Amino acid sequence: MDPVFLAIQLLNGIQQGLLLFLIASGLTLIFGVMGVINLAHGAFYMLGAYAAFSLTEMTGDLLLAILLGIPLALALGWVFERVFFRWLYEREHLEQVLLTYGLILIIDESRSVIWGNDPHGVPVPDWLDFSIPLTETLSYPVYRLAVSVVCLALAGAMAYVLGRTRLGMRIRAGEADRETVAALGVDIGTLYAVLFAAGIGLAAFGGMLAAPIESVFPGMGEQVLIISFVVVVIGGIGSVKGAFLAALAIGLVDVFGQVFLPQFASVVVYGLMAAVLIWRPAGLFGRG
Amino acid sequence: MRLISHPAVLLTLTAVLLACASVPFWGGTYELKVATRILCFALFVLSIDLLIGFGGMVTFGQAAFFGLGAYALFFLSPEYEAGSILVAGLGAMALGALAALLTGLVVVRTKGVYFIMVTLAFAQMGFALFHDTDIANGSDGAFVFVKPALTVAGVTLIDFESRTDLHFTVLAVVVIALAKLVVLIRSPFGEALQGVKTDDRRMRALGYNPYLIRLAAFTMAGALAGLAGFLFASIDGYVSPELLGWQLSGQGIVMAVLGGLGSLGGAVFGAASLVLLEEVLKDQSLVGGFIAEHWHIPLGLIIVGIVLAFRGGIAGALSRLGGTLGGMGGGRP
Amino acid sequence: MNGITRRGVLKGMGAAGAVAAASTLPAPYVRAATPIKAGILLPYSGTYSRLGEAITNGFMLNLGKSGDMLGGRPVELVRLDSEAKPPLGPSNATKLINGEKVDVLVGPVHSGVAMGMAKIAREEEALTIIPNAGADQLTGVLCAPNIFRSSFSNWQASYPMGKVLADRGTKRVALIYWNYAAGKQAAQGFKDGFADGDGEIVTEIGVPFPEVEFQAALTQVAEVNPDAVYVFFSGGGAVKFVKDWAAAGLKDKIALHGPGFLTEGVTDAQGEAAEGIETAMHYADTLDNPENKAFRAAYADRFGKNPDVFAVQGYDAGALLRVGVEAVQGDMDARGDLYAALSAADFASPRGRFRLSAAHNPIQDFYLRQVENGVNVVKGIAVAQLADPAKGCKLA
Repeated sequence: MDPVFLAIQLLNGIQQGLLLFLIASGLTLIFGVMGVINLAHGAFYMLGAYAAFSLTEMTGDLLLAILLGIPLALALGWVFERVFFRWLYEREHLEQVLLTYGLILIIDESRSVIWGNDPHGVPVPDWLDFSIPLTETLSYPVYRLAVSVVCLALAGAMAYVLGRTRLGMRIRAGEADRETVAALGVDIGTLYAVLFAAGIGLAAFGGMLAAPIESVFPGMGEQVLIISFVVVVIGGIGSVKGAFLAALAIGLVDVFGQVFLPQFASVVVYGLMAAVLIWRPAGLFGRG
Repeated sequence: MRLISHPAVLLTLTAVLLACASVPFWGGTYELKVATRILCFALFVLSIDLLIGFGGMVTFGQAAFFGLGAYALFFLSPEYEAGSILVAGLGAMALGALAALLTGLVVVRTKGVYFIMVTLAFAQMGFALFHDTDIANGSDGAFVFVKPALTVAGVTLIDFESRTDLHFTVLAVVVIALAKLVVLIRSPFGEALQGVKTDDRRMRALGYNPYLIRLAAFTMAGALAGLAGFLFASIDGYVSPELLGWQLSGQGIVMAVLGGLGSLGGAVFGAASLVLLEEVLKDQSLVGGFIAEHWHIPLGLIIVGIVLAFRGGIAGALSRLGGTLGGMGGGRP
Repeated sequence: MNGITRRGVLKGMGAAGAVAAASTLPAPYVRAATPIKAGILLPYSGTYSRLGEAITNGFMLNLGKSGDMLGGRPVELVRLDSEAKPPLGPSNATKLINGEKVDVLVGPVHSGVAMGMAKIAREEEALTIIPNAGADQLTGVLCAPNIFRSSFSNWQASYPMGKVLADRGTKRVALIYWNYAAGKQAAQGFKDGFADGDGEIVTEIGVPFPEVEFQAALTQVAEVNPDAVYVFFSGGGAVKFVKDWAAAGLKDKIALHGPGFLTEGVTDAQGEAAEGIETAMHYADTLDNPENKAFRAAYADRFGKNPDVFAVQGYDAGALLRVGVEAVQGDMDARGDLYAALSAADFASPRGRFRLSAAHNPIQDFYLRQVENGVNVVKGIAVAQLADPAKGCKLA
């Protein structure tokens, strides 16, 4: 393969991985801190994308739509936490799986009632709607690069919040021991609601950013869910750093799998997961 | 584990199985096939109950072994003549067991949420394998034109081309599986499995190897699911990659929980209620056009309701009705 | 939708009742009181529900032409959600055929579901009309006297564009498709058409279905730099591929082609990126024939939106049924005559002339279309009266 195209494929993998990180990070946060397995994470990603579609239609601009959409997503996350998930913290994983499986059915079918079943395109803001020529034939859309930058910035912000701030300390303390935090006088209920809303917000934000790239269509949530699981498992549950590295790895493996092993492209990703688990049963940075 | 032998549960189980046995005498093709399907799913759910209800292993990939069992029927059936029930059935169990053993080597090392996600991911890998490659017609699925039969010395004893033969065979298999599992659960191995579920360290101190115990249970469940898949595929003679997919695994869990975990009989209740519930919700003459078109919403609400307000499932409720309860933790893995 | 059907049935029953009130009753009129039951197995939830809706609408529109009556009997629809899940194909078909005792089965969209359904339809010898699913086998090795298709075969939908490019003398072509059965059959159809020329297929890229991340494939194509690319994607995948193609700057450098589904019903979502794309299909919105104009006006009038190719396929499923039922004057038990009439059907459809091959797949014109201002404009006929080779079919 020509080295220039090899480099471009590398870029493709990294870009794909960064977007995957954005989606998986919310999942791993909710897992790691609250011990809740949320199968409906992909459904919230889909809702984010549909919200971006509708709000862009209304406001005429994706950026405005995202600014409006984020508080909506956070509010939705908050409501779901208060209505459904708060009952799950003390419950078994099995019940969490089941409840969130039910939520997928409800959310997806409600989407069909509200938005119908047509696929939709979401326009990229004009000022980002151009491509950089890389070779004689191929250009790279600037919007994709912009999304990568946003994902990187968000990864940095998450590392900072978790590592350096009081909120981060509380989050990590909650992760370590629920009772201790309660004893410190932090309202664990509110903390969890905030965190859950943030996790859902990340999923929905991922959907909004991806809307112009992926287009908006029924079933888009299911597709990202399972691959996000793989990312979280490889990275180690609860580890944002692990999710970051795992997402990049998956992005690269997926791209080069398609190039070199086209028949088995979807199998190699799982192969990577199996290999990592044989080596480290709790993932790269998990505390199994 | 009192749930297994609780009189109310046993009585209802007997009633449901007798009802299934009666279908060939009053029902048409449609009713008979629904009943056979319920029994096949019951067998599938039993394999899930063994893992979740007794072993504490929340699997989200059990359909992979079910699907493999179904494909075993396709692989082991000659194209234009009847294959052997014995060969295909045992082949399906062997394939399910082998796949479970191989993935189990990795999977049972993990616990809790990891276990859920890893079983899911491995199952999706199996799905992708059958869907994307030409192993068995890929995504279009494959036909088994002639269903298998059991022929001894030239005499055909059981022929799956006959719907009643198949139905009674599946019924017998369910009864045998229930009995075998009761024996298994009460055996030293069963005790050890339940011990591993509650306290790994203690079991290790007692000289058990939790890893091997889990692996054995996982392999057995794989064989059972494979058998269920083989019988399921024998109903219509059509297999497709989605039989390995995550939706079916999810459905299996819903059935298991709805029926009541750790009760074995619950597998039958759960399979029967979910299959019948779906048949009703999809029927526009019963629920109206809007609901029939968007029936996933009521189904989802029912699932959420079960989790929040109906713990212990049907078996748990029955045991409470029976009056002799005392903190039935049947629904807790 | 459901209400309309019910009303239609009631109206039909009323008419039948009036006839029954007349004193002496010849045999066909007694039969007239009981409705013909049509089981509709289509996806009403999930990814393909848009198609399920369009097909149902088209089917009902055709029945509506005669007050929801066929051969003197009212028609009653029994709709069932297929969920586009293949494992449920056989059990849903059983429910309709054996449970509801329908006289005709119409469906499905998804080829996997169609396979499962066809298995049961063959065993039960139930009249079946497939209004979409394109799996070649259905009118190939698995063809049956009672199974008919009002849509296309995957091979048939992709052969024409291959032929067009071969005739133009296009030299180097790359294929990109979803790596599943329909994608592979489409690729085969294209190759068979393209083999007529002296061009070569320079590369074939399979993308895992239903993944919509195409960047790796686009990069590979750019590296090979062919004269033209033929792709098989539909729905959300089609929207995304066409937009990615433009964003990658390939739009003005390499010609993009596909079966009509690449730009069918999704040009709004694709926007500017779809402009100029050439596809071939058995229908186009702008076809200039009286049936199409009447069909489009009636559809828009009744359902408040514009029909697409799927609606046409549903409409023609209704037309096909009409031909059969009228030939036997509503006697659905006259199987031999019914099937013979269906096989011999030859009528003017919105897509042009519609007739069936010996294998019961449509023989039809494929139009070369190009997107202009968001509309698939007909540029001519790519291949006239094309029939599927029906490999392995023993009906003849």
